[in-house]
Amino acid sequence: MWVYVLRRTLLLIPIFFAISVVIFSLIHLVPGDPIDSLLGPGSSKGDRAELLALYGLDKPLPMQYLYWLKDFITGDMGQSIIEKQPVADMIFYNLPFTMRLGLLSLAISFFLGIFLGIISAAAKNTFVDYIAMIIALLGVTVPAFWLGLILILAFSVNLGWFPVSGSGSFSHLVLPAVAVGLGGAGLVARVTRVSMLEMFNKDFVLLLYAKGLSRNVIIVKHVFRNALMPVITILGLRLGWILGGAVSIEIVFSRPGIGSMLLTALFRRDYPVVQASLIFLTMAVIIGAFITDIIYSYADPRVRDVYK
Amino acid sequence: MSLLKVSNLAVEFTADKKTVKPISDISFTMEPGEVLGVVGETGSGKSLTAHAIMGLTPLVGGKVSGSIEFDGVNLLTLSASEMQKVRGAQISFIPQNPMTSLDPVYRVGDQIVEGLRKHLKLNRWKAKTLALELMEQLRIPNPKRVFEQYPHQLSGGLKQRIVIAIGIGTNPKLLIADEPTTALDVTVQAQIMRLFKELTTEKGIGLMLITHDLGVIAQVCDKIAVLYAGNLVEYGDIREVFKKPKHPYTKALLDCIPYIGMEKGSLAAIEGNVPTATNFPIGCRFAPRCGLVMPKCTESFPDMVELAGGARVACYKYTEETVAG
Repeated sequence: MWVYVLRRTLLLIPIFFAISVVIFSLIHLVPGDPIDSLLGPGSSKGDRAELLALYGLDKPLPMQYLYWLKDFITGDMGQSIIEKQPVADMIFYNLPFTMRLGLLSLAISFFLGIFLGIISAAAKNTFVDYIAMIIALLGVTVPAFWLGLILILAFSVNLGWFPVSGSGSFSHLVLPAVAVGLGGAGLVARVTRVSMLEMFNKDFVLLLYAKGLSRNVIIVKHVFRNALMPVITILGLRLGWILGGAVSIEIVFSRPGIGSMLLTALFRRDYPVVQASLIFLTMAVIIGAFITDIIYSYADPRVRDVYK
Repeated sequence: MSLLKVSNLAVEFTADKKTVKPISDISFTMEPGEVLGVVGETGSGKSLTAHAIMGLTPLVGGKVSGSIEFDGVNLLTLSASEMQKVRGAQISFIPQNPMTSLDPVYRVGDQIVEGLRKHLKLNRWKAKTLALELMEQLRIPNPKRVFEQYPHQLSGGLKQRIVIAIGIGTNPKLLIADEPTTALDVTVQAQIMRLFKELTTEKGIGLMLITHDLGVIAQVCDKIAVLYAGNLVEYGDIREVFKKPKHPYTKALLDCIPYIGMEKGSLAAIEGNVPTATNFPIGCRFAPRCGLVMPKCTESFPDMVELAGGARVACYKYTEETVAG
């Protein structure tokens, strides 16, 4: 097991190089550069050249990459061209907000999702099943930003239970986490249901009934437990997505976060910020997948043996 | 009092407003310590009969009629929770495929313990001790180690023994084994059969052994029930039936057993297939494949008649004989 963990960790190094090259090249393919945003109206060609040289943007692209790589490895993610502050500071300021939102919404997705999934699988093709699946379908299809606005209208403006926007306290976190979490819950519910219904036809379930176990024990302890694998996959993917993909929610609720930081930087062609945060997010997705694999081996003894 | 008395058992499925009856009119009795072999081709309703007795048919939407008297109680009148106390405790089931019948994510020991705790109301520690004893009894090598293993780490023979341990651990009065050895190789098969024989003689457990292997039946059974297309066609003492089969189907089945010294390429087979439940023929269901078919065979279904010597058979050949005699 530990050998496997070590091997997977070492594998992160080549992956890092590959994605850093891709991200670096992609950004520079986008027309325009940050100098345009920095230069005021009426500045001369000389001013432009001077600034290009200052940020090293006059060098050939492979050289720029190597400089950037050297700095990145030594822990220096560079300086934001627009904000004039270290990129590392910006990321570490925004990260906790994103993580809090991500983890809470993931928890909502997980618990609400498996709850809906289990009851609809247990009550297949009944009224309860239909209701649960309609809720799940709404969760999947309703866009998070719209749901966010509706939640603000209902719970902040009308009921006054939660603050309209901003960040800082736990109560600021509730509505955005619900808005993001419901989508995931819908997905988890549907996957749980399908995966469980598939399990019901397995031979071992017949023996569980033959053993005289109650239906509830069979469903929760055995069928759900066996149906867990695809659910873990979905949640693992969702974790990576939430870190960078919750931009619309961050904007709706005026929250800081990696997503909105990246978006702003993209509009301004703030290369160092874009590069660092993209690499950060990509690595987060890969590490998320890695963690998923580790959880797999705890959830399924067959997977555990493969890694031995 | 008989251990098990099944009368006019039938199972009905309804789909798309059409009703099919894959098994009907099945009646037999079993005494304590008796081994009953149930034979028939694939699709003859052997497994369904077993599931019906276990009360497992409602799971797949089957409606059971007739009566299943176990220890004097008609199981069909029990509520779901009462039936849970019978299943796995008084009647145990050994499923068709031991390879896939254990939950893959729990240790096999815990899967034995689960049933023991539920039915014998033991605490975890006592249940574990009992489970280890059972495993030892079933000659599982190194029980302590196997207890901690997961199903995929065990061989087919070991998994089968675990499944049997789950079945016999609660001291049931009746054990229903549905083709318990088909997934195993021949040497393991023999071991398992010997084990069954011991269980029935030593503990007095009634064993209903479902198989399409007549060799297995000959080895261990006291009585034999031959099913064809969802009907019981012949029932009787094992020696009697093997020596003098009555029903043309039983005869044909026995003729299909190859023996050493037979001519190459002369392997016998019964022409045609077992009809499916959606198109059972009117009258005797074996009539289309029967060499001795008479006009009335295709008109109405022959009743079961009891012959001298206790054998029972459902065939017009014998109805006439008894009427005439």
